[in-house]
Amino acid sequence: MSDDFERLSKKTLVDLYTKMLKIRKFEEKTAELFAKGFIPGLVHLYIGEEAVAVGVCANLRNEDYVVSTHRGHGHSIAKGGDVKRMFAELLGKKTGYSKGRGGSMHMVIPEIGVMCSSGIVGAGIPIATGLGLAIDVKQTDQVVACFFGDGASNTGTFHEGINMAAAWKLPVIFVCENNLYAISVPFKKVALIKNVADRAVAYGIPGVVVDGMDVIAVYKAVKKAVKRAREGKGPTLIECKTYRFRGHYEGDPKKGATYRSEAEMSDWEKKCPIANFKTKLIEKSVLTESEAEDIIQKCIKEIEDAVEFAMESPYPSPEEILENLFV
Amino acid sequence: MMRELDFSAAINEALRQEMRRDQSVIIFGEDVGFFGGLFKCTDHLQKEFGEKRVRDTPISEGAIIGAAIGAALGGLRPVAEIQFIDFVGCNGAMDQIFNQMAKMRYMFGGTLKVPVVVRAPCGSRYPVASGAAQHSQSLEAWFIHVPGLKVVTPSTPYDAKGLLITAIRGDDPVMFIEHKLLYYVRRVPTLREKYPSMICHVPEEEYTIPFGQADVKREGKDATVIATMMMVHKAINAANQLAKEGINIEIIDLRTLVPLDKRTMINSVKKTGRAIVVSEDCKTGGVASEIASIIMEEAFDYLDAPIKRVSGLDVPIPYSPILEAVAVPQEQNIISIVRGIVGK
Repeated sequence: MSDDFERLSKKTLVDLYTKMLKIRKFEEKTAELFAKGFIPGLVHLYIGEEAVAVGVCANLRNEDYVVSTHRGHGHSIAKGGDVKRMFAELLGKKTGYSKGRGGSMHMVIPEIGVMCSSGIVGAGIPIATGLGLAIDVKQTDQVVACFFGDGASNTGTFHEGINMAAAWKLPVIFVCENNLYAISVPFKKVALIKNVADRAVAYGIPGVVVDGMDVIAVYKAVKKAVKRAREGKGPTLIECKTYRFRGHYEGDPKKGATYRSEAEMSDWEKKCPIANFKTKLIEKSVLTESEAEDIIQKCIKEIEDAVEFAMESPYPSPEEILENLFV
Repeated sequence: MMRELDFSAAINEALRQEMRRDQSVIIFGEDVGFFGGLFKCTDHLQKEFGEKRVRDTPISEGAIIGAAIGAALGGLRPVAEIQFIDFVGCNGAMDQIFNQMAKMRYMFGGTLKVPVVVRAPCGSRYPVASGAAQHSQSLEAWFIHVPGLKVVTPSTPYDAKGLLITAIRGDDPVMFIEHKLLYYVRRVPTLREKYPSMICHVPEEEYTIPFGQADVKREGKDATVIATMMMVHKAINAANQLAKEGINIEIIDLRTLVPLDKRTMINSVKKTGRAIVVSEDCKTGGVASEIASIIMEEAFDYLDAPIKRVSGLDVPIPYSPILEAVAVPQEQNIISIVRGIVGK
């Protein structure tokens, strides 16, 4: 783990930790609610991958854009989403971010720049390019962070979207969350190339491989890419090597141990981005044990309150079925 | 004073006027910039508005539509061109249209709007040019099946200009479908002689035509012929022929398929008691089937004869003109079907 903390303020470091923890607690609670039958749809949890969303979004301003995926809860929280409205959406409530029309895979939060969240693998990539195009035409200095997985890197839209963004030097940071599996299929079985980031060569843009379990490493790599994007020099492809500690979805038998070895899973669990970062923060005297405990308790309380809000929220009524099809 | 424009020129004028009026309107697609589009609809626009607002794209249909969606989410009003409607099936473009563009507003609870216009040429170019199976299809039925898309199908230069301006100013995603034969009228004098209704007066000033308002092209009492795009002109020719035989048909040009002007259509059928739906797309699962079902549900008691569909055959469009003429509806098909149900 990168221990080059010196140039980061205590506030930044604590924020990184707190955000990751909030994602973890949100997802653990989501798993619990799902198991109890409160969530009517499927959920894909972000547990294990928290350092990626948090390391990326810590470089973004409120007005910068995020394009998310089916495994998107972490992106929304990292960008500043309200967990109350997120739980409400998961429960199909009217107070949810998409008023109960979208669910887990389709939450957008335009006021903080989360503009798209698609359940179609790879579909967000050209949409991110289009957001970059809007920035280019309007000549603001915003950037777009586009999240997608290793599975998406084998779709045609990956090629089309990144090539177009590169050709037009658009301010997009393409973030591949390589958790090694597209549902059950290992990346190494469906691609001969070792790193997704190596494909950047084909588009004439920088490609960077980073330890996706290390929030500082992600933060630093993305910082460079954001600077480059804001300066009008074009996109960067950043591949974060990471791992999901749960199955592809809640309900995936044995948390995915049917297609992953127990040894592999426990090796990756030792790389937990949150536990290891906490240890470092305490070692480096950024936090004391009791401060860390305080953060955990606050986080748990926020999650509990959010669930209560969601549980008490009303469902949409059937008469609303046709609302919002058109403007 | 008459100011005649052909279809491409009317499209071009609508785009130019909207780009002058609103900085957020941008255009991109294959060959739309320097080259002005395969059918010259974007001619000279890059010269006037620059390469930032009128962009030539790579051959990447998925990214063309995807980027249009993203640009719209980012506050622009993109007009994306798919070079031939057949290419909506290429490279993920259709996913972007029906899974992303059509659904976003609804599935995100109305929090976003997606003001994208996708222009796409459709249809057979018989007898002008043989496009064969992959450059001649009529696929409008695909889009009316997906909730969340507006589907515009103009038949005249006047309508094309007004409907395109409405599409660009609106906040919903629009599939703006242009029949290719309409582009050729100036280049091919015989086409103009055959279909004089293809060129018409187009006012120079900006104007809009609301969606969901059909146009009664011709009044008549014996039967209602409902059509769109090129089929409107074929129906007009058929009507002229039938009038000589004492049969007066009413022609309804729907202009937009979504939203659909059911009232004009139903009122006409109630008056004439007979309905013929003419549509160039393949008969099975086609536009005409949907229109016929609506008439059955809403005007059954007024019908004096079964509703008839005059549609494309269920075959790929063949190359040889001898075959292509048979694959898509011609005036003669309309005439004989009308004669059959009017019984004169």
